[in-house]
Amino acid sequence: METVFHNVTVAETGERFLCGEGESVLAAMFRAGRGPITYGCCGGGCGACRMKIVSGNYVPFKKMSRAHVSERDIQDGIVLLCCVQPRGDLTIRAV
Amino acid sequence: MGFKGTLRPGLVQLRVLDLDKTLDFYKNVLGLNEVGRTSDGRVLLKAYDEFDHHSLTLRKADEAGLDYVAFKAACPDTLEKIKEKVVAFGYSVTEKAANSDQPGFGKRYSFKICTGHTFEVYADVELAAKGPQIKNPDIWSEQPRGMKAQRLDHFLLYGPNIAEAERFCREVFGMYVPEVVNTEDGKRFATWITGSNKPHDLAFVEYAQPNKIHHVGFYLQDWSEVGNAADLIAINHLKLDIGPTRHAITRGLSIYFWEPSGNRIEVYAGGYTAYPDNPQRVWDVSEVGRGLFYYSGQVIPSFLEVVT
Ligand code: FES
Ligand SMILES: [Fe+2]
Repeated sequence: METVFHNVTVAETGERFLCGEGESVLAAMFRAGRGPITYGCCGGGCGACRMKIVSGNYVPFKKMSRAHVSERDIQDGIVLLCCVQPRGDLTIRAV
Repeated sequence: MGFKGTLRPGLVQLRVLDLDKTLDFYKNVLGLNEVGRTSDGRVLLKAYDEFDHHSLTLRKADEAGLDYVAFKAACPDTLEKIKEKVVAFGYSVTEKAANSDQPGFGKRYSFKICTGHTFEVYADVELAAKGPQIKNPDIWSEQPRGMKAQRLDHFLLYGPNIAEAERFCREVFGMYVPEVVNTEDGKRFATWITGSNKPHDLAFVEYAQPNKIHHVGFYLQDWSEVGNAADLIAINHLKLDIGPTRHAITRGLSIYFWEPSGNRIEVYAGGYTAYPDNPQRVWDVSEVGRGLFYYSGQVIPSFLEVVT
């Protein structure tokens, strides 16, 4: 099966990179060397990669620590980038 | 007996997000053995070269991090004396009955210290069914797996007022402080504390938020095992933090990485032999890069700033 890629845009800077449906947004950002790359565990535990997805569809594929992302945060699109994969073009910004 | 207060940190309970995946790491990559499970679904583990019932408990939770650490006291009498000293120090103590929530463990006293961490002390714990041999012993009974962690070694905690935490460990646990890092105005930035001959049983870094854990450290045989651990980190696509490297502080040979639930793990070998009468080693915070990572002399930002 072919990998489907989506555009991820960083709201503050307009920087853009491609992210496949099978990888985390953090991994794609890291590979592209673009965007506000802050990370630690890449496992949803440390909260270092916390950002807001302003628009676009995505799915969490790993559990995100409640200490860093509350129910309310999830409704607001706040995620841990190491735990979500895109299902359409995304725009992200810092929180 | 050589050690008069606490013998060692003997038990850590960690919270994990994905129990199956994380347990697979602890068993098959780090090389711990599963000892049993509790009725509430927690998993008990131990390293192959440890005698006691278990040393790590994993609890599935919504957030990663540390529930508590427990220290083994030299004897039941010492345990009671430590308890009295904890109360006199000003922390309130709760008693946990023998064999209640940690199978195999005797009575534990639990209390919260100024950094926000929960500490426990106990004196009695059953020996594990499968511990190291003691009669004309071979070096192991079952060939160690993966990183071949030999035992729980130490942990680094982040929280406020580590000067008080250090004083607590000295006055109440009877520990001493082989090595420290001070800020320019002479305050504690970090402290390495031990109740044994190891350079540290635990360490603290000053941090505004309470109750954070930086890493749990497991002991490996030697430097070549640290290299083997690095291979396994790569093969298993674990997220490396830093290493393999050498600490000037403690002299440990080390590598840091993240387990699948986002708790940082260190596997560590070597380290100097500490004695309570040796002079304390003191670092300026401006030199902490060399102190922590001797070869590069530089600290990567994630190492100092990211905690769980
Ligand atoms: S990098 Fe730790 S939660 Fe994403
Ligand atoms: Fe360590």
